[in-house]
Amino acid sequence: MTQRKSTTKMVAYPSFSIVPERDINKRPVLETRHLGIEFGGLKAVEDFNLTIGSTEIAGLIGPNGAGKTTVFNLLTKVYQPTTGTVLIDGKETSGMNTVQANRLGVARTSQNIRLFGNMSVEDNVRIGLHNQIPYNMFAGILRLPGYWKQEKKQHEKALELLSIFDMQDMASAKAGSLPYGAQRRLEIVRALATNPKILLLDEPAAGMNPHETEELMDNITKIRDQFQIAIMLIEHDMNLVMGICEGICVLNYGRIIAKGTASEIQSNPTVIEAYLGKKKEG
Amino acid sequence: MKRKISKTFINNLITYAIVIIAFFICKLALSGDIEGFKMSRSLKGQLIPICVYIVMAVSLNLTVGISGELSLGHAGFMSIGAYAGIVASQWLGSAFPEANIDVVRLIAALISGGIAAGVAGFLIGIPVLRLRGDYLAIVTLAFGEIIRNLINCLYVSVEGGTLHTGFLLTSPLPGKKIIAGPMNTSGIDKLASFDAAFVVVLIALFVVLNLINSRSGRAIMASRDNRIAAESMGVNVTKYKMMAFVTSAALAGIAGAMYGLNTSIEPKKFGFDTSILILVFVVLGGIGSIRGSVIAATLLTVLPEVLREFGSYRMLVYAIVLILVMLARNSVFVKQILSIVTGCIKLIFKRSRRGEAS
Amino acid sequence: MIQFLSHIISGLSLGSIYAIIALGYSMVYGIAKMLNFAHGDVIMIGAYVSFSATQYFGMHPIASVVISVIMCTILGIAIEGFAYKPLRKATSLAVLITAIGMSYLLQNLALLIWGANPKSFTSVVGLGTLSLFGGEMHITSETIVTVLANIIIMIALTTFINKTKMGKAMRAVSEDKGAAELMGINVNLTISMTFAIGSALAAIAGVLLCSSYPSLMPTTGSMPGIKAFTAAVFGGIGSIPGALIGGLLLGLIEILGKAYVSDQLGDALVFAVLIIVLLVRPAGLLGKKVHEKV
Repeated sequence: MTQRKSTTKMVAYPSFSIVPERDINKRPVLETRHLGIEFGGLKAVEDFNLTIGSTEIAGLIGPNGAGKTTVFNLLTKVYQPTTGTVLIDGKETSGMNTVQANRLGVARTSQNIRLFGNMSVEDNVRIGLHNQIPYNMFAGILRLPGYWKQEKKQHEKALELLSIFDMQDMASAKAGSLPYGAQRRLEIVRALATNPKILLLDEPAAGMNPHETEELMDNITKIRDQFQIAIMLIEHDMNLVMGICEGICVLNYGRIIAKGTASEIQSNPTVIEAYLGKKKEG
Repeated sequence: MKRKISKTFINNLITYAIVIIAFFICKLALSGDIEGFKMSRSLKGQLIPICVYIVMAVSLNLTVGISGELSLGHAGFMSIGAYAGIVASQWLGSAFPEANIDVVRLIAALISGGIAAGVAGFLIGIPVLRLRGDYLAIVTLAFGEIIRNLINCLYVSVEGGTLHTGFLLTSPLPGKKIIAGPMNTSGIDKLASFDAAFVVVLIALFVVLNLINSRSGRAIMASRDNRIAAESMGVNVTKYKMMAFVTSAALAGIAGAMYGLNTSIEPKKFGFDTSILILVFVVLGGIGSIRGSVIAATLLTVLPEVLREFGSYRMLVYAIVLILVMLARNSVFVKQILSIVTGCIKLIFKRSRRGEAS
Repeated sequence: MIQFLSHIISGLSLGSIYAIIALGYSMVYGIAKMLNFAHGDVIMIGAYVSFSATQYFGMHPIASVVISVIMCTILGIAIEGFAYKPLRKATSLAVLITAIGMSYLLQNLALLIWGANPKSFTSVVGLGTLSLFGGEMHITSETIVTVLANIIIMIALTTFINKTKMGKAMRAVSEDKGAAELMGINVNLTISMTFAIGSALAAIAGVLLCSSYPSLMPTTGSMPGIKAFTAAVFGGIGSIPGALIGGLLLGLIEILGKAYVSDQLGDALVFAVLIIVLLVRPAGLLGKKVHEKV
């Protein structure tokens, strides 16, 4: 197993967290303060504080049912928090909905693939470009010049984005008919098309074989470098998390139990306990 | 990639071509220029209704197939369009009694029918689109029935360019009655013509097909396929669902206006049964397939005429045909048989081709 | 005041009929997840069977009701087996259209057999009228029997669903068809059974409906059918007490609306109330809200 050594130096950021040194003078892309949500009295997430630097690759890990996807749903405003707040690119998001959060720069993929299965691969990406390359309904119906110009732009941009994963040949295939791995990659491309500042990936390597996972790791780093965006991912594959994540946050029972770099997390006794259970005394 | 664009383009072209060719064949049959090729009287009377039902089916397909919301009250929008169209054309007629402006009156009727139904669609859409699935269907049904009930109580008369309206009347309104509550409309100028109805069909096709293949259409379909994903891509799902709903209502209103200027109508005509009839066109034609809607609406409007020789068994046969078609399209058993048959045909074709090659 | 009371009573009577029909819709929807549009027409067939049994064969009214229940049960199972079972895996819209086709079929069969002219249905109860308040208020025996029948059916059905093995199987299938099958429940049998019960109830509802409103036509069942379905939705579909409450409320609103607002707008009022309820409580009065997993 080839272990990638993370060379990023993580430094303390003057609020709740650490960010990569290169991001220290930039506005953090995401900040949460005392974020929490209750479902009928059950505290699914509680006092969640996190800061992510503008080009950081961050990992969110934890046992099943720890509340990781709930955090993503809070960040994308699918759920409204019962306590605390989320700042995206420095902007307060309370009262916003998913659409507005996306316009601020949050894009995500989901654990169980949510493609527009009846539409073509290219059209899926074009939905991502929906707010990037707009024209109105009447231009579309009456085929005004704006329609042709913007359609052409959308088409070119969509193919350019698909080429990140070498998927431009599949552009006209139906999204629902793609193999599993390709569907996952398409979800990432579609999310990227919305021009996000932070990309949230929910178990991007689920169902992939080790070779595909290696490729995915390269691609995630490539996307970060090329687009200069932050990426936060939920993942159970520890090779991936430890290999590419600069800052890692461990969640258990809705609470953060540890934050730090890969090596710090690996040697953290609380984390080991959460994953493997308590060592028997005596 | 170029191929894909041209594929939808060709597909749309075929749809237009079918409609246009069918129109000219009808025209030829109407003119009676060719010996032995004449249209029967009853079929002649069906030409405008066929066009109206095509527009209804195409517009409902926008809601049901493209936007993915089952609507059981589409006839309600048709009736709003019909009555608005009647009022507009009759008012124009009485305001300018001397002028020969039938075409203007027809266009005004169609436009006001479309606008009235579109506005109604917007108002109804606000509560309806908050619901999902079967509940949405039930509420559209409820709105359809409410519209029918309200129009049942509506009285309008016209007198020298002024409109008198009344609701739940006991005493008659002054002037010439044009809408008389639950009664049939009478004395309405029959401004509708087959040519005009054909143009309306083309407009409906143009609007719906172009909408589907545009940014807005993709957003509508994305909202249908996966609401949450569409929202997290920044697509304002409610807005696009509303866009589809209002467009669909407005087109139904235009179709209704054409219908109201063709035959005498009564509110009862636009009940639940008509909504269902149009839904049947859409489902049999293939949900989401515009061309299918056109063909199904035509065939199923003509079918009862053709079945006339069955006499009183006519509607029974219609019902059986409907059930059998649904079973044939959806049953696993029938599908297996079909796939075996097509497999055999393909095999035979391949053999014969190979035979040619060698 | 007495007039108001008598409106309430006729509202309850009509509501009871809606409730019995709504049960059929609600159970079928809960278990097969389909809108059985032909249900309203089963009511009509039930009434015609009872009518024919008494008129043409001179049977006792009670015997005619039994015959009608048996016929409708068989009809319900036949409809399900012939038209709906092959479509178990099809889209809900396809099933809906098939159900509509079935509805047309039943109506046109009735039209061929019994003709288009309305038949005057003789009440199967016919025990005279109860006069109260010195003859100022009349309650017909049909009203009393309808309300009683409703109560008995509700109690019997609730016991059946909660206590018997088949009832439990029905609840399991409505909760999760796949899991129920894995637990060894015969899903097809359970669904057939649901249709049988729903159709038997439809027969009773048909006889009661025509006893109170004696004009019988091939289209008699469609409007009460639609209203009963909205009653089921109103109360929370899939729930037996929901069907009861939804049916009764709908009947009351309809009768009171016709009496005090406008005769012509009674139906509009019913549907307006339905819309408002669904907007405030999207799953109906007693329905459970299902959370979508994101």
